[in-house]
Amino acid sequence: MASTRNTVKRPLSPHLQIYRPQMTSISSILTRITGNALIAGFALSIWWLLAVASGPEYYGFVNRIATSWFGDIVFTLSLVAVWYHFLAGLRHLCFDAGLALDVPTAEFLGWICVIGSLLLTVLTLILI
Amino acid sequence: MRYLTDRKRAIGKGASGTGTEHHWRMTVSAAGLAILAPAYVFIFGHALGSGYERAHSIFSHPLAAIITAVTLLVGLDHFRRGAQMAIEDYLDGPRRKIAIIAVIALSWFLMACGLFALARIAL
Repeated sequence: MASTRNTVKRPLSPHLQIYRPQMTSISSILTRITGNALIAGFALSIWWLLAVASGPEYYGFVNRIATSWFGDIVFTLSLVAVWYHFLAGLRHLCFDAGLALDVPTAEFLGWICVIGSLLLTVLTLILI
Repeated sequence: MRYLTDRKRAIGKGASGTGTEHHWRMTVSAAGLAILAPAYVFIFGHALGSGYERAHSIFSHPLAAIITAVTLLVGLDHFRRGAQMAIEDYLDGPRRKIAIIAVIALSWFLMACGLFALARIAL
């Protein structure tokens, strides 16, 4: 049984800085960054929702912040992030299914994620 | 002769100790969010910035309230598992555990805030 204390220093993640940047790795890292960053926009939207539940006075206060330059920056960046993460997530589901795993296709889909997220953001801003 | 099957002996021996459970949960929530996230963006985007009465009436609608509630639960579950993966990549020891607990606490806190708000608006 585990009688000795496990003091083995296990290695952490691959050292990002020793790899040459490639479309496949960058698009994967962006997936993680956008996914984690989305908590900011989501939290702000939940605060806004709480304000809706709290009455007109508090709503006015939070809605002013949420639609100020600060709110605009957070929600616009969140749109880019949500669309990027959306497209990259679909790509991930394809990878999981064993599809699109050859390098040219994977790199092409990486560009689709980057360009597609920007296009979808502009489209969303126009439509909403 | 061992009476345990190979499968039984293999279960729980992976690095995670939980098999493919984490990955599978991420796959399921990702599939759900592929529909929920755009729907929530649409609903929230329409309500944001409008007057109090209009914002209140949008989230009073059963469909909007239900979609928002499911997005809260699935989205924050997806976030907390995704953030846990990132933490496990870059932190170890007690710092890893503290960070994971913090992320889970944040997710549950935001879920409770959102559900409380929805219940108060919609009911």
